[in-house]
Amino acid sequence: MKDMIPVDRKMSTMQDSKISARGVQVYYGETHAIKDVSVEIADNTVTAFIGPSGCGKSTFLRCINRMNDTIDTARVMGDILIDGEDIYDPRVDPVQLRAKVGMVFQKPNPFPKSIYDNVAYGPKIHGLARNKADLDEIVEKSLRKAALWEEAKDRLDKPGTGLSGGQQQRLCIARAIATAPEVLLMDEPCSALDPIATAQVEELIDELRQSYSVVIVTHSMQQAARVSQKTAFFHLGNLVEYDDTDKIFTNPQDPRTESYISGRIG
Amino acid sequence: MTDAATDMPEKAPAQTAHGSLLSESPLMKKRNAAEARFKMYGIVAITFGLAFLIFLTFSILRNGIPAFTHTVVNVEFTLTQEQFDEAESKMLKTAAYTDIFVTNITETFQQDGLDVAFDADTIERLLGKVGGNLREFYRENPDQIGQPVTFELSAASRVERYLQGKLTRDMVVDGRFLEAADLDVVDAMVDAGIIGSAFDWNFITGTDTGVDNPGGAGIGVSVIGSFFMMLIVLLLSLPIGVAASIYLEEFAPKNRWTDLIEVNISNLAAVPSIVFGILGLAVFIQFAHLPQSAPLVGGLVLTLMTLPTIVISTRASLKSVPPSIRDAALGVGASKMQSVFHHVLPLAMPGILTGTIIGLAQALGETAPLLLIGMVGYVAREYPDGIASGLLDPNSAMPAQIYTWAARSDEAFFEKAWGGIIILMIFLLTMNIIAIILRRKFERRW
Ligand SMILES: Nc1ncnc2c1ncn2[C@@H]1O[C@H](COP(=O)(O)OP(=O)(O)O)[C@@H](O)[C@H]1O
Ligand SMILES: [Mg+2]
Repeated sequence: MKDMIPVDRKMSTMQDSKISARGVQVYYGETHAIKDVSVEIADNTVTAFIGPSGCGKSTFLRCINRMNDTIDTARVMGDILIDGEDIYDPRVDPVQLRAKVGMVFQKPNPFPKSIYDNVAYGPKIHGLARNKADLDEIVEKSLRKAALWEEAKDRLDKPGTGLSGGQQQRLCIARAIATAPEVLLMDEPCSALDPIATAQVEELIDELRQSYSVVIVTHSMQQAARVSQKTAFFHLGNLVEYDDTDKIFTNPQDPRTESYISGRIG
Repeated sequence: MTDAATDMPEKAPAQTAHGSLLSESPLMKKRNAAEARFKMYGIVAITFGLAFLIFLTFSILRNGIPAFTHTVVNVEFTLTQEQFDEAESKMLKTAAYTDIFVTNITETFQQDGLDVAFDADTIERLLGKVGGNLREFYRENPDQIGQPVTFELSAASRVERYLQGKLTRDMVVDGRFLEAADLDVVDAMVDAGIIGSAFDWNFITGTDTGVDNPGGAGIGVSVIGSFFMMLIVLLLSLPIGVAASIYLEEFAPKNRWTDLIEVNISNLAAVPSIVFGILGLAVFIQFAHLPQSAPLVGGLVLTLMTLPTIVISTRASLKSVPPSIRDAALGVGASKMQSVFHHVLPLAMPGILTGTIIGLAQALGETAPLLLIGMVGYVAREYPDGIASGLLDPNSAMPAQIYTWAARSDEAFFEKAWGGIIILMIFLLTMNIIAIILRRKFERRW
């Protein structure tokens, strides 16, 4: 229990931290994918997870909305608190958690339904709209926030899968924010997009910071530098360094971070 | 082209490691030969298959189509009011009608200069109970009295076979069914041009007959029997099969037990159908005392047979739904069940429907299990009245009916069996086409 002291210290800063992870370990069967990671993620901030491929960024991200529960072999240990509540508490229903912690995936994955239904699905199953007018409003608001309204308003009944890649990803973002989440997790949201679509999504991420705590996994250091305020560097399942983005990129403390951002690892 | 370029082919081979591109290397030659050989095997195999298919279709059609037509005698007939009153006043009323009919035909023959002697018995042997039919017609349609009416009377199957040349005079043994002299009358009818052939609706809508009347046998009742069986199969195997597959594929933990179940389901699909038949006999008839030959029992047995097919195809189509859709649904906070029913199942639907219809089509043509539960050999003479009777009263089914006909000694039934096969094939083809249409219609891109 060497961690007791740091944990206590972190408790005091809990006020301004939205998510706090303490001693998180993840195993896939025998594979030890996340090794004792503790991190405090603030509200209204964009936090970037960077690191070489296979270092566990996605795995850690998926712990925050318990998507790892869907993988049979995955075992998660340690505590993750959101607003001071342990999300791995047996009383927590992951389904309810995921309404609060939205997620955007690497590959745009709209439902093969209309644009409207894509956005309306979440609010519908969570009972967020009392009537059709309410639902229409939520759909419009979410599409506006995702900067897709102008392009989509005349084709709401057309399939979401008929949009371009960048539009699809923004649709997925609209779908995620339609359930009024407080945290938005994004796993390499731009890796399947062209530079123009990437720029649009990045701009969007910056705006989303006003209302949400955004956690973004990215393999592009430039992207992390552009959109995030905080950056966490993962390596081989360890959280090597976590600090203000400026500091990580200008003055890294750990030699591994240093070599990664200068292009020597990864 | 420059001079240098034209020189290239001669110089190049010696200079590059790959040799000239203009000539085939020995290895390349071998690979190309292998490819050509493989293509040829494929073409030969397909040609064989097609030839066999064409042969099969042709022989089914050639043998089966005559079952859909029957020989008829068209007689124009006018019954005067006096004849009607006179016949109705007699003791043997139908006999009186037959006599009037005999006189009429004789007159027709005489007009054509044909002279054959025959009596009412001959007519009954050739055309069945003509008198009764006539009387029934005029009593129901009194306004037709005094008007010329053309009657289409179906001829006995022996007449048909005589006309087809399958029955010759020296084969005829005088008796209850036919006398050699009757054939003179048939010849006269041919000469008078009143004999012809017509589409036999009775074959499609009629009931099975005893062994002595192949001409009158129809497949209608056994189509109904098959219909009720398919109803049971569909109502039981679709929900059970789909529910089982969804549970196994989406909810059940992956461990040794589910592996065992999976292997067993695959094995079940390969169990010979007769085994299901004996299981049905033991469980449904001997143990549960359900009625023999009943479509309900047939349906239950075929359900057991169809279930593995449906489970396997449903699981395959659930597996083919991209996992990103499940992630998307779970990501917005859908429960497992919601993600399956709102997103995965609709995408798997075309595959499930196709699998189900193909399973049903298999069940429709299955004969062996019906043998053991007493549907083969049952003479389906009556249409069921209502759903309960359709399920519980003994009946036959299409393949069982075909088998029964093929097993009868009278050759005239063979034709019926082939005809039955055509009807069965039409049903199967229709089902497969429906499966294709459904798949096309529900297929969605993502
Ligand atoms: N579903 C899984 N089953 C088993 N091992 C996995 C699974 N997902 C990821 N891993 C392993 O966990 C480690 C971290 O993977 P991941 O979190 O996807 O890395 P990143 O997103 O940083 O590229 C890798 O070694 C990977 O092989
Ligand atoms: Mg990843």
